[in-house]
Amino acid sequence: MPGADKEADLTERIEAFLADLKRGGCGTGPIRGSGETARETTALLRKVTAQARWSSAGDLMEIIRKEGRRMTAAQPSETTVGNMVLRVLKIIREEYARSRGSSEETDQQESLHKLLTSGGLSEENFRQHFVHLKANVIEAINELLTELDGTTDNIAMQALEHIHSNEVIMTVGRSRTVEAFLKDAARKRKFHVIVAECAPFCQGHEMATNLSKASIETTVIADAAIFAVMSRVNKVIIGTQTVLANGGLRAVNGTHTVALAARHHSTPLIVCAPMFKLSPQFPNEEDTFHKFVSPHEVLPFTEGEILSKVNVHCPVFDYVPPELITLFISNIGGNAPSYIYRLMSELYHPEDHDL
Amino acid sequence: SSILHIAAVVVSGTSVVVYMYTWCLSSSIHISAVVVSMFSTIICGFLFLLVVKRLPEHVQVDDPAVVKRLAKKLERQQIPLRSDYGYKVSLFSHLHQYSRKAPLTQQLSIPSTVIHPSIVRLGLQYSQGIVAGSNARSVALLHAFKQVIRDYTTPPNEELSRDLVNKLKPYISFLNQCRPLSASMGNAIKYIKKEISNIPSQCKEEEAKTKLLTCIDRYIEEKIVLAAKAISKYAIEKISDGDVILVYGCSSLVNNILCEAFEKSRKFRVIVVDSRPRLEGREALRRLVQRGISCTYVLISALSYILPEVSKVFLGAHALLANGYVMSRVGTSQIALVARTFNVPVLVCCETYKFCEKVQTDSFVSNELDDPDDLMVTRKGKTQLENWQDVSSLGLLNLVYDVTPPDFVDLVITDLGMIPCTSVPVVLRVKNLDQ
Repeated sequence: MPGADKEADLTERIEAFLADLKRGGCGTGPIRGSGETARETTALLRKVTAQARWSSAGDLMEIIRKEGRRMTAAQPSETTVGNMVLRVLKIIREEYARSRGSSEETDQQESLHKLLTSGGLSEENFRQHFVHLKANVIEAINELLTELDGTTDNIAMQALEHIHSNEVIMTVGRSRTVEAFLKDAARKRKFHVIVAECAPFCQGHEMATNLSKASIETTVIADAAIFAVMSRVNKVIIGTQTVLANGGLRAVNGTHTVALAARHHSTPLIVCAPMFKLSPQFPNEEDTFHKFVSPHEVLPFTEGEILSKVNVHCPVFDYVPPELITLFISNIGGNAPSYIYRLMSELYHPEDHDL
Repeated sequence: SSILHIAAVVVSGTSVVVYMYTWCLSSSIHISAVVVSMFSTIICGFLFLLVVKRLPEHVQVDDPAVVKRLAKKLERQQIPLRSDYGYKVSLFSHLHQYSRKAPLTQQLSIPSTVIHPSIVRLGLQYSQGIVAGSNARSVALLHAFKQVIRDYTTPPNEELSRDLVNKLKPYISFLNQCRPLSASMGNAIKYIKKEISNIPSQCKEEEAKTKLLTCIDRYIEEKIVLAAKAISKYAIEKISDGDVILVYGCSSLVNNILCEAFEKSRKFRVIVVDSRPRLEGREALRRLVQRGISCTYVLISALSYILPEVSKVFLGAHALLANGYVMSRVGTSQIALVARTFNVPVLVCCETYKFCEKVQTDSFVSNELDDPDDLMVTRKGKTQLENWQDVSSLGLLNLVYDVTPPDFVDLVITDLGMIPCTSVPVVLRVKNLDQ
């Protein structure tokens, strides 16, 4: 039967996606970039919306939340998956509110009066059935997908506003966003890029090869030389894995050192991050967001006997506090880190923050 | 340079004589005599300026005149000139960049008549990195010089004090070509040259040679071995039970301190931070683990993760500069910076023979560039940077040293005691007065 086939197909795709996520956490970065992960997640959620059986918005939100929880459990460090689920939930809420005819302003404002009179929880239970809700939601998700497709280009378009000629720019590791950003500026301006290789995964090497193929003057340095060359750097432009709710970053390890060195030399630190990387998590204790991979990368098994007598750590991420960041460049423009909390309230609904 | 000195003195002397002569001679002073004497004073002043402060050649590679002058000097001393390798980053075009695969000894004829074989061996050990670390290099240098002195015979009609110094000059040029001299080696060479020139001319050759050999032994004993013991004594006072100590790379002095502290039954654990491409920390790790000290090992990019656990940072130094900056292995300044952010005290351990008169504020002007091919790495069967030479806009930078500003360092432990970074010129002055 076609219905059962489609359902089986959907489950298969979700399982394949989860397996990919689990495998992608080996430390060298996900097999696909985070942009692709976001697109894949949104496409899957669109399929779920189209094929699953639901009668009201509340049911749909429950289904999406369940799938979302499964997907985030597969790879907790890949926050774009959770972010996309939250975006879709917000879309559903908006479309529901629009179908009901109530204006969005009164719903969103958490006025003191409303809190007192509503008796705690909001009286919305999303149980009303609307005929066109499905079509509207799917159309809104398509718009979201178009937005995701254009993020890298949107960020790269702003490159010429931030890079002048004969600059020395430093970057860390490999970020597809920063690569596109620099390549776009290189079409019109001549500048020099210094790439820190970011041991032990050495993703900076790939970044340097790609940049030099675009005829940008590139130099590869070891991580240890970051502070030594920082005095000659005009700007530091980095990518990140996640933007946290307080404006801080969860980026590849070594970024905190770069940020401190940049602050010491009063060099601006610019972060190129698309909006789908913004996550509603706040940083709390140090250990909760760390991710470790095999210590073989740091001290290989060929070292022999001493391996049993030493502890070896290989963390993947670093936390960078928002005070060290000068500017965020995202697909909706440039923002200061102190504004990030406001952007978050536009993208996600506060009740969805815990999936 | 001594010839220029003598020429300057001679010219100034004659100009003064001419001046006095014309002045005494008549009231009507001849214009031309005055002009000649003024000219000569100007010239000798110019010569003096040229001679007094000369930049070392190895930081002027971008000046073709200097390079030509060095080539002529090496030709005179019959030492081959080592050529640079690979594309140099424009910020560092004033420094040499050699490849480890092309050691200087390949261009020498065997057996070399100009250079003593132990010096050839030493040069090869330096350029291949077999002997590394400022203490190890100085001690190896002094032992090689001892061998040279043992095999030396004064030629007839020559004085030992002058001829031996002249014999050592081509050796020093050769070693400089193999790998630029470190500050500790420079100080050791200055000491030896002074000792040799102070040998009285009536001293017999055998006596002079034994005297020199005992001088060198005493230098090693005092400045390196005993200094290490004194520094350990001071440093152990700073290590308390329950400490977590962070060290970077492989410093013989810091390893010594930690092993002695462990023998005195202090309870602490060590975190060894390492960096590519040299990965010297693994050697330190082996030495410490062999003694039974519990160690943790991370790379320098994990520094922000590991620092909240650390109670003290011990760093070694390559040299201490006269303006208080610490010159050490590249990465040290980063460790000091991040430690200061986390409010962890930074202690630098350095013997006094490594103090030098140079001043430097950044890591660019005077540094050493190592073989750029070391940065290449093969992961999962792929070497990303394999053909970096073919890509014209790609450069690899492998720095060896960097300078740490004095405000990141809390204390310097030397054999004279525990001093702040800014007291280095005071120590230098006291040492100069002693000598």
